[in-house]
Amino acid sequence: MTVALPSDLSPQPLQPQGWLRYLSFSLDHKVIGLQYLITGFLFYFIGGALAGVIRTELASPISDFVSRDTYNQVLTLHGTVMIFLWIVPVVNGAFGNYLIPFYVGARDMAFPRLNAVAFWLIPPAGILLISSYFITGAAQSGWTAYPPLSLTTPAAGQVIWILSVLLLGGSSIFGGINFIATILKLRRPGLKMMQLPMYCWAMLGTSILVVLSTPVLAGTLVMLSFDIIAHTGFFNPALGGNVVVYQHLFWFYSHPAVYIMVLPAFGLVSEILPIHARKPLFGYTTMVYSILAIVVLGLIVWAHHMFTSGTPPWMRLFFTIATSFIAVPTGIKFFNWLATLWGGKIALNSAMLFASAFIVNFVFGGITGVALAQVPFDIHVHDTYFVVGHFHYIVYGGTVFVIFSSVYHWFPKFSGRMLNEPLGRLHFLLTFIGFNLCFAPQHWLGLNGMPRRVAEYDPQFTLWNQVSSVGALLMAVSALPFLVNVVVSLWRGAPAGDNPWNALTPEWLTSSPPPVENWLGEAPLVKEPYGYGIDPARLRVDSTSGLDVWLGGNR
Amino acid sequence: MTSLAPGQELQPGPNIDHSADVDVHGGHPDFRMFGLATFLVADAMTFAGFFAAYLTFKAVNPLPPGSTFELELLLPSINTAVLIISSFTFHRAGRLLREGNGPGCRLWLMITAGLGVAFLAGQMVEYFHLPFGLTDNLFASTFYAITGFHGLHVTLGVICILIVWLQARSGGRITPSDHFGFEAAELYWHFVDGIWVVLYGILYLL
Repeated sequence: MTVALPSDLSPQPLQPQGWLRYLSFSLDHKVIGLQYLITGFLFYFIGGALAGVIRTELASPISDFVSRDTYNQVLTLHGTVMIFLWIVPVVNGAFGNYLIPFYVGARDMAFPRLNAVAFWLIPPAGILLISSYFITGAAQSGWTAYPPLSLTTPAAGQVIWILSVLLLGGSSIFGGINFIATILKLRRPGLKMMQLPMYCWAMLGTSILVVLSTPVLAGTLVMLSFDIIAHTGFFNPALGGNVVVYQHLFWFYSHPAVYIMVLPAFGLVSEILPIHARKPLFGYTTMVYSILAIVVLGLIVWAHHMFTSGTPPWMRLFFTIATSFIAVPTGIKFFNWLATLWGGKIALNSAMLFASAFIVNFVFGGITGVALAQVPFDIHVHDTYFVVGHFHYIVYGGTVFVIFSSVYHWFPKFSGRMLNEPLGRLHFLLTFIGFNLCFAPQHWLGLNGMPRRVAEYDPQFTLWNQVSSVGALLMAVSALPFLVNVVVSLWRGAPAGDNPWNALTPEWLTSSPPPVENWLGEAPLVKEPYGYGIDPARLRVDSTSGLDVWLGGNR
Repeated sequence: MTSLAPGQELQPGPNIDHSADVDVHGGHPDFRMFGLATFLVADAMTFAGFFAAYLTFKAVNPLPPGSTFELELLLPSINTAVLIISSFTFHRAGRLLREGNGPGCRLWLMITAGLGVAFLAGQMVEYFHLPFGLTDNLFASTFYAITGFHGLHVTLGVICILIVWLQARSGGRITPSDHFGFEAAELYWHFVDGIWVVLYGILYLL
């Protein structure tokens, strides 16, 4: 199928065209999606450089690379940048904005202007955060900003950190409102909720979590800034305040935030696996209900981060049980992915490699997660490198692997050109080995008592820290083939055509890159986005959309 | 999978439903009220966080010896009544607008804004007469944070009402048939009103 680029669509008069539109206040959801993606990758490399500083410092037991204060600033910035400026904006904002309007059969998001505002809050917030390092010294209390630590470390950096996170939270809330309205209200007539691609459900669940939990973090950070600036005593024990209340409020956001980072990844991987395995997504209905279950459970498990905070026994019991329950819907999704792959005609390309590595990494991170939910074990490894290892298996091995998989999968749609496969596989190999080398030893280190967030450690931990640092170096090197691949492919990659993967989801049923309003004619009505391997005569696809894909040599 | 012979036409089967095909190129229904409602849910969660913090402080942290935290009831109760009445006056303005009575609508909008300002004035009087300051103790800080945050909402609401009042003049943006701004301001005002009732219950009565 070939769809000509729209010559009759008049360009929007006030919007710049060409590459300049990526620097403009564009209202096109595809431009905004790519703005999120590129900005996110810039911050990923900044956050990665900060991780490099951390791993270099930890290559030797003594503090010899940077000063201890700088180390604290670096680890705070690393966590904040990676969570709030890389994973959340990319996995929600970038792919959500690019794909959701296609998936619901719309020409843009429900609120395009709000969408652009949400994006343009991110660069100032990021610049603010990074600049604090050069102006006054960045915050030193970690991405959690626990008081009383955040009240006793230098105030200016902490206040700038709060401002930056408030801006990013606002951006996140605006995005969430937009996704909810788009998915619930902007669906093409005739398209039912249970016919939507899985990423829509994942983004609906994520956006509900964003709207319900992010405002609580905002309120909490405002109270924290009062403590710092106005010397109130909300969280200051010296003034009669209560630090545990901060922890409750913080984790009421920050536990759901883990799902805000990983649910969209679940959705993306559910789009990628069926296409490259040529099989329908296994268990669509159970996938939907497990996402909804994760949303509900995700809101009532936050205190499992606080088992060592003097939490009363009944609370420990409740949060252990609730947390363990999350393994059920997550396990359902895991086995559904396996069943999707089972017996499929799997193409082991870069997208598939990253997606299947996600399954492996994520189940490992999930198992350590279930272990951490158990109070006796959690008390033993709390605030050790075991937690660091677990967390990175979820957010790096889980989400970041899916982001790379998605870039390999959707790059042809973004640019109209294919990425180079050998370079992609090299990137995968380096990332996969580097990642496991970096984070697997940290479980052992944590079990043996190495605390997190400290620049120095007992010399008995040297060997595995050095292994971990070598892994980090490999991960840094892995960025090179990726960057070369993207830059060269943009310039002279093989033309991709409209639908290089013979996919059925609606974004592939238009030209690459798509025209300004997504389709020249009517939006396609795809009732079976995963109908691979189904007799085309029985396939429920609108004849204006994907049917020619099927008749023209679909495999 | 059965393949079709080259050139063979595929007939639309019973599963291909064309009844719902409509041109979606033109505009779409207005979702702005839905978006605002979603935002207000988020806003309500901010207050929920504040209330949860206050209630936990109250349950766990005893008032330090020698510190005072006593609230008068008369003025806040009058303020509550003022805010509830303002919801009704706003509603009346909306009914007049839809009936095409522009001047009547603007009069009742102005009355609503006046009640909002009266509420804020009452709040100020209360602040100046309270025997404790922002940093005196935990409860004082929480009290000022919550009521102050709500006061910000009221201030924003009054500004919105004044903007709507300007736009509702004859020839303005707001007409009896097209008045999203008006409805948005009204929903927001009812929300701020509702939050105050909860706040009054938790801070003053509990």
